[in-house]
Amino acid sequence: MKIKLIGIICVVLAAFVISCQSDEQVEFNRYFSAGSAVYQANCQNCHGAKGEGLQGLIPSLTDSVYLKSNKYQLACFVKNGLKGQIKISGKQFEGEMPPNDLSPVEIAQVLTYVTNSFGNKSATITIDQANADLAKCN
Amino acid sequence: MKKLVYAIAFILLWNACKLNSSDNKALPIFGNKEAVTKTVNGKQVTDTLYQTIPAFKFVNQYGDTITDKSLDGKIYVADFFFTTCPNICPVMHRNMLPVYNEFKSHADFRIISHTIDPKYDTVPVLKKYADKMGISGNTWWLLHGQKNDTYTIAKSYLVSLQEKNPQGQYVHDGYFILIDKQKRIRGTYQGTDAKEVEKMTADIKTLMAEPDQKSTK
Ligand code: HEC
Repeated sequence: MKIKLIGIICVVLAAFVISCQSDEQVEFNRYFSAGSAVYQANCQNCHGAKGEGLQGLIPSLTDSVYLKSNKYQLACFVKNGLKGQIKISGKQFEGEMPPNDLSPVEIAQVLTYVTNSFGNKSATITIDQANADLAKCN
Repeated sequence: MKKLVYAIAFILLWNACKLNSSDNKALPIFGNKEAVTKTVNGKQVTDTLYQTIPAFKFVNQYGDTITDKSLDGKIYVADFFFTTCPNICPVMHRNMLPVYNEFKSHADFRIISHTIDPKYDTVPVLKKYADKMGISGNTWWLLHGQKNDTYTIAKSYLVSLQEKNPQGQYVHDGYFILIDKQKRIRGTYQGTDAKEVEKMTADIKTLMAEPDQKSTK
């Protein structure tokens, strides 16, 4: 009897944990798969299907360290474009990324996709996060 | 004994078929055709004249003058681009790179990329682009010229170009055009489609093996 009760409690607890996790997971999956479509339509031509970039012209999106240390600027890079010298994966680039008129939610989606693809790993970049970052663009 | 004869006959036939099938492999010839009738040794013969790329004069990324003569005896691929093109050009040239790497050791092969934005894409800008792309030597030329000349030559490659649209972008199609040593059009491929460009690479090999395209050495 006691064992049965403990068993039931465990199952209920486990169900809670799993459903909580999957709430987060569901949100992540939604951002990620929408982001994949945004990426294909707006970024892939330049940065490549595998985020490989193009020779010395366009940087790859595989430099996890760069992406992490510029985490809160990425939304502004996408919205307003980026130009000037940057160092990605030990290689110097001096190109120009044009501005992109994506909506904040699309920016959040595509950045979730980029920072979790091509060997990168990070958390969901939510619409709230993107809006907060965009408010600080200079 | 009889069996042996049959076997030999079979092998001979088999080989003949095999040889034939590879001999017959030839690319089509595109563009306008014209039938011309002339008299040879008192007999009337009809020849087909194919459209060819007319004479031209441009400057490459090294500042060297490049004319139609520079491409005599060469098989080449032509395309149209500009260095600040945000949409299709990075895709085209990402796809062109394997073609460059595959054939850069062939002295009778060239790639020419015409800029359609000569005002911005000056010779030093083209050189910088080549350096960043990692292309060197004389296999891949980036060509600068008068806008009119570029737009005119585009027509003979059956490529359409348009002036800047209201967003300030140039509209052009991303075709790669394959030209043979007789300056005839032998293939057109969508340069933004990696699959089509792979087909072009296979076609270039087929073309190089055609009897009248063999190396002149
Ligand atoms: C027209 C080509 C082009 C397009 C389209 C483009 N980028 Fe870029 N991107 C560049 C170039 C060039 C740079 C480097 C700019 C520099 O040198 O300062 C860059 C830099 C970046 C960087 C920072 C450097 C790095 O490699 O991590 C990120 C992040 C980035 N792009 C993401 C995106 C995303 C996301 C999209 C789609 C919404 C996108 N880009 C669309 C050309 C492009």
